[in-house]
Amino acid sequence: MAALLQHAGYEEERLLRVAQQMPCREVQAGMLLSLMGQPQQYSYPSIFIYGHRASGKSHVMHVLLKELELPHATVSCVECVSVALLFEQVLLSFFGCDAASLLPRSPSLSDFVRIYRQQCSQSPAKQTRYIVMEKAELLRDTDANLLPALLRLQELVEDNVTIILLSEIVWDKFRPNTGCFEPLLLHFPDYSKGELQQILSQDRHPSYTAEFYSSYINILLGVFYSVCRDLRELRHLAALNFSKFCEPLAEGKVKETDTHKLWRNIEPHLKKAMQTVYLREVSSLQWEQMQQMEEKESGALRGLSAHTHVELPYYSKFLLIAAYLASYNPARTDKRFFLKHHGKIKKTNFLKKNEKTSNHLLGPKPFPLDRLLAIFYSVVDNRVAPTASIFSQISSLVTLQLLTQVSHDDQLDAPKYKCAVSMDFICAISRTVNFDIVKYLYDFL
Amino acid sequence: MATSEAECLCLCLQLTGTVCNLLSLIFQGCFVFKPSAKKKKKTLSLGEITFVLQDELNRKILDSLLDFTRKCSSTRQHSDWASQMRASEIPTAALVLGVNVPDHDMTFQSLSELLQQSVTPHVASVQAKECGGEGLLALVLERLMDTVVTVDDEEEEETEQTSTQLHKSVHCSLSTLCDWYNAKTMKSKTGTPGKKRSSPVRDDPQQPPVVIIFKDLEAFNPKVLQDFILICSRYVERLPLMFIFGIATSPSTIQHMLPHSVSSLLCIELFQSLSCTQHLATVIDKLILTPQFPFKLNGKVMQVLMSIFLYHDFSVRNFIKGVQLALLEHFHSQPLSVLCCKKKEALLNVMQLSHHDLESIRHLLSFRRYVEKQEPQEQLNLFRDDTHLKEVCQKLIKDLRKYHKNYYPVLRCLHTLTSSLPRYPLGKQVRELHLICLEKNVWENEDYQTAMKLLKMLAKDELIASLQRCVEILQPVKSKKMKKALVELEELLAKFKQLDSKFLLCRLTWGLSLFSNNSYCWWNREWKSTTLLEMNESRRAKKLSPFEVLRNEALEFIDGLVKSHLSPPESQTLNEVCYYSSSATVRRHLNATPRTSIQAALSSPYYYLQNESLKTEDGTVSNAAPDICIAYKLHLECGRLINLYDWLEAYATVVSAAEGNNPDSDNVRKVEEVKHARFIQAVSELEFLGFIKSTKQKTDHVARLTWGGC
Repeated sequence: MAALLQHAGYEEERLLRVAQQMPCREVQAGMLLSLMGQPQQYSYPSIFIYGHRASGKSHVMHVLLKELELPHATVSCVECVSVALLFEQVLLSFFGCDAASLLPRSPSLSDFVRIYRQQCSQSPAKQTRYIVMEKAELLRDTDANLLPALLRLQELVEDNVTIILLSEIVWDKFRPNTGCFEPLLLHFPDYSKGELQQILSQDRHPSYTAEFYSSYINILLGVFYSVCRDLRELRHLAALNFSKFCEPLAEGKVKETDTHKLWRNIEPHLKKAMQTVYLREVSSLQWEQMQQMEEKESGALRGLSAHTHVELPYYSKFLLIAAYLASYNPARTDKRFFLKHHGKIKKTNFLKKNEKTSNHLLGPKPFPLDRLLAIFYSVVDNRVAPTASIFSQISSLVTLQLLTQVSHDDQLDAPKYKCAVSMDFICAISRTVNFDIVKYLYDFL
Repeated sequence: MATSEAECLCLCLQLTGTVCNLLSLIFQGCFVFKPSAKKKKKTLSLGEITFVLQDELNRKILDSLLDFTRKCSSTRQHSDWASQMRASEIPTAALVLGVNVPDHDMTFQSLSELLQQSVTPHVASVQAKECGGEGLLALVLERLMDTVVTVDDEEEEETEQTSTQLHKSVHCSLSTLCDWYNAKTMKSKTGTPGKKRSSPVRDDPQQPPVVIIFKDLEAFNPKVLQDFILICSRYVERLPLMFIFGIATSPSTIQHMLPHSVSSLLCIELFQSLSCTQHLATVIDKLILTPQFPFKLNGKVMQVLMSIFLYHDFSVRNFIKGVQLALLEHFHSQPLSVLCCKKKEALLNVMQLSHHDLESIRHLLSFRRYVEKQEPQEQLNLFRDDTHLKEVCQKLIKDLRKYHKNYYPVLRCLHTLTSSLPRYPLGKQVRELHLICLEKNVWENEDYQTAMKLLKMLAKDELIASLQRCVEILQPVKSKKMKKALVELEELLAKFKQLDSKFLLCRLTWGLSLFSNNSYCWWNREWKSTTLLEMNESRRAKKLSPFEVLRNEALEFIDGLVKSHLSPPESQTLNEVCYYSSSATVRRHLNATPRTSIQAALSSPYYYLQNESLKTEDGTVSNAAPDICIAYKLHLECGRLINLYDWLEAYATVVSAAEGNNPDSDNVRKVEEVKHARFIQAVSELEFLGFIKSTKQKTDHVARLTWGGC
C-alpha cells in the first residue's frame, strides 16, 4: 500500500509513517502529494477537498503537513467570526506575533495582502506554504470578495502559497455569480464497510488481542452499519459497549475465540444502544453507569425526550391554549367558536378553497396580539383583569420558545406571534385545566 | 414567571428584634449581604430565613451538580482506555429548573459560588440577553479572566491591561483562553516553574475545569450556541471545559436547539430541581405556618399572594417579596404594629403606649367586641382608665400568642388527618386548609362535615398511622393545652393497640363457642348462611364494635381540638396588631393594571391630580380638566370611527364654555388656532396611549380601539 505514497521530494521513512497513520486514504494522499509537488516547487494555488463528515479530510491534511514538516496554517471557519481573526491566525502561524500585531483594527483584505507581502519579502518562502481552511462552506456567508481572493492568493501576494479548502458541500454550491478562479477538486469518498472495519480495529484495547477486538468491531458494524456510517459515531459506540462485550470473558464463561456466544451476549445490548445512546437520549456517562447496574433497574433511566412535561401558571396555560387556537383556526371561524349565537355554519361552503386543507398540515399561522387576547378572555372561565402580568406572561412564553414572535422585536404596535408547541403538548396542557381543546379546533370539527 | 411590577420592587426588608420600643426597619438588598453580618443576631430575620431556606432547598441538586463536576474533571485525568475514547465530549449538565425564571438567579448565584469555593476558580455564567449577536465568546472570555483579576490582587493591573486590549483587539479567540489557562495552571504549580507551555495538559493532575453556565438556554440564539459549542469542542483537549445549561421548560429543548452533529459533542446529564409548588410549600411552612414570627397575613392577603403565584408567575421569590411588601405596609400604616414583636418587647411596649395609641386600641373592631362582652363596670373602666387598659392589653397580647401557639399544631394535625382522604375535601396542601381556617369557623364548613364523615369510615391501620403522625406533630409543642392534648391522644392510641390484642381474643372465643354448639354441622351450607346473617344482624342492630366506639371517641377528640383552637383570627381580640388585612393595597402593588389606571386617570382626573376644581359627580368630566381628559370623554360617545372635525367642534365648545365665552361671540374664531393646536396634541396623546389609531377606511376619520370602560 505504501508504494502509492512515493514521491521524490520526501524521505522514504517519513512517507511510510504517514501511510501508517491514515489507513484507507492512500489514494487520496498520494494524489495530494503529487499535486503539492516537492516542497520547494510552486504548487497549484488552490485545492478544494470535499467529502462527508468523518471521511478523513482534516486528518489526512493534518498528518501530511505535520509529518512532512511543511509550513502551514490551519484555520477553522467556525471560529473566525470576523475576517480579522482569519487573517490574524494565518499571519501568526507564518510570520509570528509581530506580523499579526501589524494588522489594523478592522483589517480589509488589502491590508492583509499588504502585510503578507511585506513580511514575505523579509522572509521569502523556501517551501510551499499551506493554508488549510476547515468548514469552508461558512466562507460563503462572509464578504463576497473573500473567497475569490483566497482562491488566487498566490498571485496576489506573489508567494509560494496554496489554499486548501475542506468542505462537506460540493464546489458547485460555492461558485460565486461573478465567477472566480477554479480550484482543483478532490473528492474523499465514504469509507466502505471493510475500510471502517480496518480503521476501527486500529484503536484496540491494550489488554486484549487485536483479533478479539476486530471480531467485536465486526459484530458492532453488523448492527450499526445499516443506520450509521459516521466513523466518529461508530468509534464512540465501540468504546461505550466494549466493556459489556468483555463481560462474559471476565467471568470466565467463554473463550476469546468463541465468537458466536459473544455475539449472543452483546446483540440485544447493542440494539438497545441504538435507541438510546446513538440518539443521544442518554449520555455516554449515564450509559456506562447503566451497564454497571443490574438489568432490571436500568429501565428507570429515561431519555431526554421523555421529559416533555412543562409546568405552567394557570393563566399561562390558557394563554398558550388561546395562542394555539389562534394559530390553527382561520380567523373567520372565531365567531363560530367563541360567540354564543353564531348560528350554524357549514364547513364546506363557509370557507375559501385554500382553507379546506388541514391547518395542522400547513403549520401554525401568525396572529396579532389582540386576537390572542380576545380568544384568551373568552376561553378562560372567570373574569380576568388585564393586568401587567398577563402581558408579561406572553413575553415570557416567547422567551421559553413556546410562542415565537413573528414581527420584528422593535415593533411595539400590534406584534404578531405564532404558537410553537405540538398538538400533543397542548392537549396535555388543556387536560390539566379541564379544557376540551379538540372541540374548539376547526380541523377536528 | 417573568418581569412583573413586583420585580421592580426590589427591596428586601428585615425585621430585626431591637430593644428600643420602635421597630427599626432595615432595607437591605436581599442577596448582597455578607454572611458575616448576621453573626450577632440570635433571631433570624425574615430576609435571612428566606435566604437560608433557598439554600437548603437547592442543597440537594447543587450537591449532585458539584459531584458531577468533580467526577467529570477527575475522569478527564484518568488515562484508561474508555475515558480516552470519550475525551472529545464536553461534559454538560442540563439543569431543569421550572418556569419560575426570577427564582433562578439565586440558584445560579449559589451554584457558581459553591463551584468557586470547592471545585474550580474558573466559572463564567452568561445570560442570553447579555450576548445578543456574537458577543458570547468575548463575554465568556471576559468573565473568566475577570474573575481571576478580582481574585489575584497582585496581577490586577497587568491582567486588566491585557484584558482591555483583548476585547478591543482581534485576539478574542479560545486559543487566547487556552494560553491564559495554561499560564494560570503553570503558575499555581510552584514546584515546576520552568516547565514548558507545550507540555501536554493531561499530565497535570491538578486541572480545575472551566465551567460555563448558560443561565437561560431557551433564550439563546440556536445558531450562536451551536457555533460556540463547535468552537469549544476544537479546544476540549487542551482546555477542560464544562457546560451547565439552565433549562426552564423541558430537556427536550436541547434536541430542538441543537442538531445531532452538535449534540453529539456533548455528554449530557440531566438534573431536575424541586418543583416550584413544593418550594412554595416549604416557604409557607417555615415562614407563615409558624408562631415564630409575630407578623401574620389575613385570609384575603394570603389569597391575593397565592393567586398571583398560582395564576401568574410561579415565582417563590415574588411571593416572598409580596410578604415583605405586606410587612412594610403593615408597620407603615398601622400604629399599633409596635405591639407586633416578640413577647417581652410587646409587653414592654404596651406599658409605653401613649394616650393616643390607647384611644386607637379602643376603636379597634375586635376590641369593641371584647368590651361588649364585659360587665358594665369593667366596660367603664376600660374606656376611662388608661393603666387598667394597659394591663388588659398585656393579657390580651398573651392570649393572642397562646392562640397562635395552639393554632398551628392543631392545623397540622387536622391536615394530616384529612390530606389522605379521597378527593381532598379540605385540600391537598396545608395552605389550602389554612386559608379555609382564616376565613371563618372551619367546623361550620360543609367540606369539614364531609371530611369528618369520611374519617368515620377510615380503616384502623390508616387511622392509627395518622394519629401517630399527629402525636409526632404535637410532641415538640410547648404549650400547656397541647401537652394535655398530647397525653390524651397517646392514651387513645394505647387503647387502639390494646383493642388489637383484645379483639383477636374475642374472635377466638366466639368461634370456639360456635364450634362447640353441635346443632349444626361444620360443613353444612345452611350453617354458613345463618351464621353470616346472624353476624350481619348483630352488627346492624347491636351497638358498635369496640373499635368503632374508639374511633368515634378519637374523632370527637379531634373535633374538640379543632373547635377550641382553629377559630379564625378575626375573632381574636387585638388581632389587628399582628394581622395585615389590606388586600387591595397588595394587589395594587403586585398586580398592576396599567390600562385601568390610565382610564381612571382620564375619566376622573381628580383621583390623581387632587385639584378641587376637578371634583365632579360620577361619569362627568369638569370643563377645567386637562385637554386629553376632555377629548377622551368626547371620544367615548362615538362609534367605531370618529370624525375628526366633529370631535374638534365638540372639543372647542366644551373648552370655550370653560373659559366663560359665549360660543356665538366673535372672538371664537381668533382663539380657534390655539384650541386647534391643543386639540391636535390631545388627539396625538390619545393615539400614543393606544385609544385611537389612524385609518384608511374613511378620510378625516380615526378608528377607536378600546371598548367598555372598565
